[in-house]
Amino acid sequence: MATASHYLTPEEAGADIEPEAVVMRFAGDSGDGMQLTGGQFTLSTALAGNDLATFPDFPAEIRAPQGTTFGVSAFQINFGSAAIDTAGDAPDVLVAMNPAALKTNVDDLKPGGLVIADKGEFGARNLAKAGYDADPLEDGSLARWQVIAFDISQLTLDAVKPFGLGNKEALRCKNMWTLGLALWMFDRDRSPIEQWVRTKFAKAPGLAEANIAALNAGHAYGETAEIGGQLPHRTIDPAPAEPGLYRTVTGAEAISIGLVAGARLAGLPMFFGGYPITPASAILHHLSRLKEYGVITFQAEDEIAAIGSAIGASFAGSLGVTSSSGPGIALKTEAIGLAIMAELPLVIVNSQRGGPSTGLPTKTEQSDLYQALYGRNADSPMPVIAARSPADAFDCAIEAVRIAVRYMTPVMLLTDGYIANAAEPWKVPDMAEYEPFEVAFHDELPAEGEGVNPYKRDDKLARVWIKPGTTGLMHRIGGIEKNVGSGHIDYGPANHQAMTDIRAKKIWGIAAEIPLVVPCLGEKKGALAIVGWGSTYGPIHQAVRRARAKGMDVAHIHLRHIWPLPTNLGDLLKGYERIIVPEMNKGQLKTLLRDQYLVDAESLSKVSGQPFKIAEIAAAIEEALP
Amino acid sequence: MNEMTPLTAKDFATDQEVRWCPGCGDYAVLKAVQRTMPELGVRPENVVFVSGIGCSSRFPYYMETYGFHTIHGRAPTFATGIKLANPDLDVWIITGDGDALSIGGNHTMHVLRRNLDCQILLFNNEIYGLTKGQYSPTSRVGTRSPSTPFGSVDRSVSPCAFALGSGARFVGRGIDVNKFLPDLLKAAHAHKGAAFCEIFQNCLVYNDDVFASFTAKENVGHQLWLKAGEPMLFAGGTRGLMLDRQALTLRVVDVEDGGWEKAEVIVHDPRNKAVAHMLVDMPFGAFPMALGVVYDDPAPTFESAVRAQNDEAAKGKSTDLQELVSRGQSWMVGKEPHKS
Repeated sequence: MATASHYLTPEEAGADIEPEAVVMRFAGDSGDGMQLTGGQFTLSTALAGNDLATFPDFPAEIRAPQGTTFGVSAFQINFGSAAIDTAGDAPDVLVAMNPAALKTNVDDLKPGGLVIADKGEFGARNLAKAGYDADPLEDGSLARWQVIAFDISQLTLDAVKPFGLGNKEALRCKNMWTLGLALWMFDRDRSPIEQWVRTKFAKAPGLAEANIAALNAGHAYGETAEIGGQLPHRTIDPAPAEPGLYRTVTGAEAISIGLVAGARLAGLPMFFGGYPITPASAILHHLSRLKEYGVITFQAEDEIAAIGSAIGASFAGSLGVTSSSGPGIALKTEAIGLAIMAELPLVIVNSQRGGPSTGLPTKTEQSDLYQALYGRNADSPMPVIAARSPADAFDCAIEAVRIAVRYMTPVMLLTDGYIANAAEPWKVPDMAEYEPFEVAFHDELPAEGEGVNPYKRDDKLARVWIKPGTTGLMHRIGGIEKNVGSGHIDYGPANHQAMTDIRAKKIWGIAAEIPLVVPCLGEKKGALAIVGWGSTYGPIHQAVRRARAKGMDVAHIHLRHIWPLPTNLGDLLKGYERIIVPEMNKGQLKTLLRDQYLVDAESLSKVSGQPFKIAEIAAAIEEALP
Repeated sequence: MNEMTPLTAKDFATDQEVRWCPGCGDYAVLKAVQRTMPELGVRPENVVFVSGIGCSSRFPYYMETYGFHTIHGRAPTFATGIKLANPDLDVWIITGDGDALSIGGNHTMHVLRRNLDCQILLFNNEIYGLTKGQYSPTSRVGTRSPSTPFGSVDRSVSPCAFALGSGARFVGRGIDVNKFLPDLLKAAHAHKGAAFCEIFQNCLVYNDDVFASFTAKENVGHQLWLKAGEPMLFAGGTRGLMLDRQALTLRVVDVEDGGWEKAEVIVHDPRNKAVAHMLVDMPFGAFPMALGVVYDDPAPTFESAVRAQNDEAAKGKSTDLQELVSRGQSWMVGKEPHKS
């Protein structure tokens, strides 16, 4: 299979320049449009050829009371002239649109970092709402950082005055003013943003022009205003990358188009049953716009109906897909069991979030691994795959579809809130390089005197898939145990033993054709292995790279296939003196590895709703290798 | 078997031994369905029976068609996926009072309001049979059961009133052993859209004769068989229903010598939803049991609307996979990695 994206490290590219990288965070009220500012800054960064990673971080409340700390929405981007794997540990620049945004974010800022604040929002009322007794812009409490404060609100009002907007509407252009300033700071082209604004406000040309005026005013302010000299103004060189066509992609987009590509490679129409839930809804939204690719999307009445309809569609000969987050996956559990029992292909995408229960709907976590592996009644094995980044999610989605149809089984694809929302540059894959895995529906009539057996199996133990509508092959399936030889109801003890064994063996057999795992950094044995899965890839990779640069004997192993595991993983792990498993849970993969291989895997756990920082993993490496 | 071979009830029966209790009303329904299928002009390979969990939900195993025995209460969800994936399939949902109205009430409501083209046969026996006799959502107040040894206290739901309230465009009622059941099945099948049929089904083990007050031979006078365009008469034509225009309710009136017009007995119009509501809400005893096609007023179906929108949205657009992955703002990286 083609590698859809690979970024050259500066070493690989033979570059002798000092790579530069900047971490910038935009923070404001949830009504201030910070996600939009961040998104457009990301686009402009990508177009400038920098490598990048982003981290949108927003509250669960749609419009939390204005000015409060719990209503703060932030967007962080890390971009640079070398490979970027994470959204960055600590920002170099913080844009704070109000006191609450300053209060909740400034402590993350690097010492000596730059704060850009909208002075116009630092009135007594907002200061009190944020819990400040005195104005931090004035009282010297920000002395550790450089602070530039000016009245962005007033400057925006002035800029859009000619367009006759109301005060509230005019102030909504603040985010574009801020974006304009940011574009000036990094010497960026404004025209793609202008184009985007014109498309977005096509139905309200007045608003489009006002927003563009704000954008230009922010840019001009950096260029000419009296304090402009204090602002950094620099160009970050493009990052080295394999030649080719690139675009930015979020995890939710990559999964959506990966599923469509997978269905196409399987030669099947796709049916997607979904129910709104954060952060999984984005997949439903993307797919509902891809009808020309043979996708039917169905917003069901609940999570159970979403998966039920998807299984029904698979029964009828489509590729059934459903998606949710932990609490919704919990509701789908019984139906997943049916898909395992009826042996129908199905892809279940879990965009994990903080839990248990409702937990942290908009924050990321990887704590549904046990749920994916074990969260069903009875012996009900199911393949589990995890995406490590937005771009990787594309190939993972195709792999999930391939396994589902090849083995007639539901497959769970794990992603998380971070991957779903984050964007990264993606080298557009050449679809001609992907091997099709076309499905052949069973259409052979049984021999004279024999009945139709829907549980007839091939060499991989996958049962036949018979499409309703096929003459002479009428059959019945369902959740009741079936006879191993005829497919009829059978509660017999020997038969249940045989069918349970076959279900386990079939899934276990998948391991035979998944790639052997090799460390993505470091040696195949040594003092320490850092083993990860999912979105911890970035921080682990950077931390291991830095440690190795210091001469430390550490390797990075990252798993895509979590069930079944690659056949060589046990032997590989036994070649290391220590094994540390960083996870955004209390040690779920760690437990699996200990169970499967009797190795002394140790957990590095973080469940704060925030991704790992490189420094946190680096510290664990330093501690393990004194 | 080719297109010209006329099918018989036998062609729709599997070789599987039917495993309901001897004398169960389900046998009669199964026979009625198997007998009716050849008259519907459908081929067995194009028919799918989908069921939930319960005694009645074993039904698909006995039909020589495609069949899917799913999970408790969720049959409408699987049926929705099947029909959306392949609208050419003739989809039948088999369910019971607990399956459709307790654990699956939500799905029953939504499949009806969406108007998925399918037939829904709800076997109502007012009891949980498979789990050995607990009271169900259609059980009458005071039902004594293993879980309600002192009698149930919660009020029951009327399946047909629930269906009408959910926006069903076809609502009918039948009795397991009654000779008119095939007529109801044919009418339901002829209706394009979700056709909801409540079938009174006797559970002789846990709730025997619960419907005897109108199904027993001596009580057939309490059956009101509705026929489109015909007066609503029962008790051998000696009684009828009239509309009290002041109170906006139905009233039972005596009919003498066939003079139903004089008695102001109303004529059944299956498209009249207001009267349909009154018919399914009539308290039995003071009123007869309304049976047959209560309401039948077709509307566009869900799967046809979904398909039409998909086709419309796809018109003139590229279906090239390479185009899909290349969407959005993109940029080229040249051969030489940055910087001269």
